[in-house]
Amino acid sequence: MCGTCGCGSDTNGPTILKPGEHNHSHDVLHHNHDSHTHTHEHHTHEEHTHTHNHSHDHKHKVLEIEQDILQNNQVLAARNRGYFEAKNIFTLNLVSSPGSGKTSILERTLSDLKETIPFYVIEGDQQTLNDANRIDAIKIPVIQINTGKGCHLESDIVYEAVKKLEIKNNSILMIENVGNLVCPSMFDLGESKRIVIISTTEGDDKPIKYPDMFYTSDICIINKIDLLPYLNTDIEKLKSYALQVNPKLQFFEVSATTGEGMEAWYGWLKENI
Amino acid sequence: MHELSIVMGIVKIAEDETAKIKENTVAKIELEIGQLAGVELDALNFVWESAVKDSVLEHALKTIIEIPGKAICADCNREFYLNNIFDSCPNCNSNFKGIIQGKELRVKSLEVI
Repeated sequence: MCGTCGCGSDTNGPTILKPGEHNHSHDVLHHNHDSHTHTHEHHTHEEHTHTHNHSHDHKHKVLEIEQDILQNNQVLAARNRGYFEAKNIFTLNLVSSPGSGKTSILERTLSDLKETIPFYVIEGDQQTLNDANRIDAIKIPVIQINTGKGCHLESDIVYEAVKKLEIKNNSILMIENVGNLVCPSMFDLGESKRIVIISTTEGDDKPIKYPDMFYTSDICIINKIDLLPYLNTDIEKLKSYALQVNPKLQFFEVSATTGEGMEAWYGWLKENI
Repeated sequence: MHELSIVMGIVKIAEDETAKIKENTVAKIELEIGQLAGVELDALNFVWESAVKDSVLEHALKTIIEIPGKAICADCNREFYLNNIFDSCPNCNSNFKGIIQGKELRVKSLEVI
């Protein structure tokens, strides 16, 4: 079974598609299925010559492994990071719950800055090319990863998507992760910075309900501030909860719909490339 | 459910390590999982059986050693245990801290037959 998508075969695996592509083969990248082959090599005792002094005592042997379970992803993330640094690609991993407005923030940012900064986008969703099509409509090179049943992106599939996207040097790569405030927090993709997006409609206690995502992020964008007059959300309380989890978080309060607050976010982007 | 990815990572480590010494059955596996690691043990146990099927771990007895969260306060240097990643220093109430244990996610040992 595949560890990322949870499927029992290759038919449901992750796919990488550019808008307009209709490649339904699922062999783009299947996560180390070859590592699950089972060559049950049993000792064929007949093969041993009699001069071969082979001990057959099947004593239990303890192997002290001490290996990090996420090591594979971390090694591949480090490879991605090295690639990005060598090509001076500033990479952002955008994480949030579904519906916080990640794609809307992207659309607005790309539309406003595309004349001055070269952008590339990787979209992550379980299904559909919807988000990639939205980015494609504003003429930004984009690729969609469909994770199938998977709940987050991992370094290996991002690496494949990056190769296919053919990113030029000195640019910004935006990776929009699968909408999920839990699982993506554990998986480093090799990004330069992680940006958690929360919208005012989600309530102010999300940072302490899902602390891992806020703990591992560098920037917190609070979206949909135009809706504050209609909500009971206390934005100061939200920020104080988030700072309790991660005192180093830097905030931007924005509305991707009205454009309010976007300039400060753009300022940060320009400073960091 | 990222616990499935975690278990598949464990399976890969077990497959790789047993392949190195040409063994194919793990009798026991010992895991160290920190209480701040972001892994729900119930979910991990739930996916375990289907994830290890047809692997070297299929019949392995699993032991999980839970490691409590511990941090050191960046302001007053006090070491303290914490249940949540956002617990503040009990001495000076600061939120600035370095987590020194409890984030572990590790295959400690394998016992092969």
